[in-house]
Amino acid sequence: MKAAPFEYFVADSIDEVTTGLADSGEEATIIAGGQTLVPLMAMRLARPALLIDVNGIGDLQGIDLLAGGVRIKACTRQSDALKSTIIGERLPLLAKALPYVGHAQTRNRGTVGGSIALGDPAAEIPLVATALDARITLVKKGNSRELSIHGFYQGPMMTSREPDECITEILFPQWQGEGRRGTGFQEVSLRHGDFAIVAAAAQISVGEDGVCARASVALGGVSGTPFRISAAEDALRGTMIDDPALRAVANAVDQAVDPQSDLHASASYRRRVAKVLVERVIREAAREAANHAAGDAP
Amino acid sequence: MKPRKITLEVNGRVRSATAEPRLTLLDFLRYALNLTGTHMGCEHGVCGACTVMFDGLAVRSCLIYAVQADGHDVTTVEGLCNGDGTPGPIQEAFQDAHGLQCGYCTPGMLISAQALLQSTPDPSDDEIREALGGNLCRCTGYAQIIDAVRLAAVSFQGAGG
Repeated sequence: MKAAPFEYFVADSIDEVTTGLADSGEEATIIAGGQTLVPLMAMRLARPALLIDVNGIGDLQGIDLLAGGVRIKACTRQSDALKSTIIGERLPLLAKALPYVGHAQTRNRGTVGGSIALGDPAAEIPLVATALDARITLVKKGNSRELSIHGFYQGPMMTSREPDECITEILFPQWQGEGRRGTGFQEVSLRHGDFAIVAAAAQISVGEDGVCARASVALGGVSGTPFRISAAEDALRGTMIDDPALRAVANAVDQAVDPQSDLHASASYRRRVAKVLVERVIREAAREAANHAAGDAP
Repeated sequence: MKPRKITLEVNGRVRSATAEPRLTLLDFLRYALNLTGTHMGCEHGVCGACTVMFDGLAVRSCLIYAVQADGHDVTTVEGLCNGDGTPGPIQEAFQDAHGLQCGYCTPGMLISAQALLQSTPDPSDDEIREALGGNLCRCTGYAQIIDAVRLAAVSFQGAGG
């Protein structure tokens, strides 16, 4: 249970990170919080020749409210995100999900960007990012690009990040316009703090007449990547989010998911839980929207 | 891969030693500094026995490499004692409430409890359970550990924090 030997480099700037990655290629791995990487290395499932430590880079930390949304720098600790009033007020869906991310002892070290980069199909932060159409900035030597979260995940723990790219920030766009907003987040896991067997997230906006104007519904743990259920969103829009609408949503979820069995849960259990959780997060979001003033955040 | 010299503050004392990059902070504390109060359980971040405070926050010392602790501040269970080496208030509370049986998880429990009481001096039972959720205990069933933290909170407040 000891990691294989590796070289260790403390980067002081994003430039040093991208130079290190460019020089070392796939031999190098970035270490941020290390809460997944270090166990993988202990079990020798990962054997990087070089670790580039980004924990000391000030430019990779911080949470800012911009015109277009909330920007979270990649090396921001999950515990700092949980304490952030900007996230509490502007990204309530993320604020609801963060307490489910590991335990206090791992959130004190684990980072938002690290969770995004890893792409565990049952992880909460990638799920919320998927529900909120997050945008990811990747930087490599002499170049940078911004990717949508949709398409970023290509399979379990597989992303379209190139080996020489460093994730520097994640932008969570804010929903514009009037309307009452509400969010819901629920998951089922063996114990609190474990990875979810199934997790569901929803954010909705309803008009003064109570009609759903916009909906985002996403699931984690039932596929190789977190994903939006567009048929469920279509089934909600234009309705009063009443029982018939929720029955249509359940049908849409049933059609959309293709879960696998593993030692934690069977495929049929996951399918059943997915339908129940989606209904719960939508009801939670609708209740919240009914109590919100129009135009309130998110 | 070459060992490098690191300097950090442990329990209020500045300590220097060499560490190969792959050495965890846990092994560094136990073998380089002989602070064997911090226990190794699972060694991959599941059990919480190795919990220490890193810059004042509870973390798992098996998930940080010693070289990453260079220039940082670490508190281990030894740092919870009084100056004369007798058990500190939180350790007294675990003794009084019988918050341990075999004692293997106890150093991690004590550190997690200390970190909780520093940020939340008067925690609810839910907050105590949440703070200790990352520490596994196979003996007690947790009830007396929660009693112990509640008792420690009272004695902390009695002592003016």
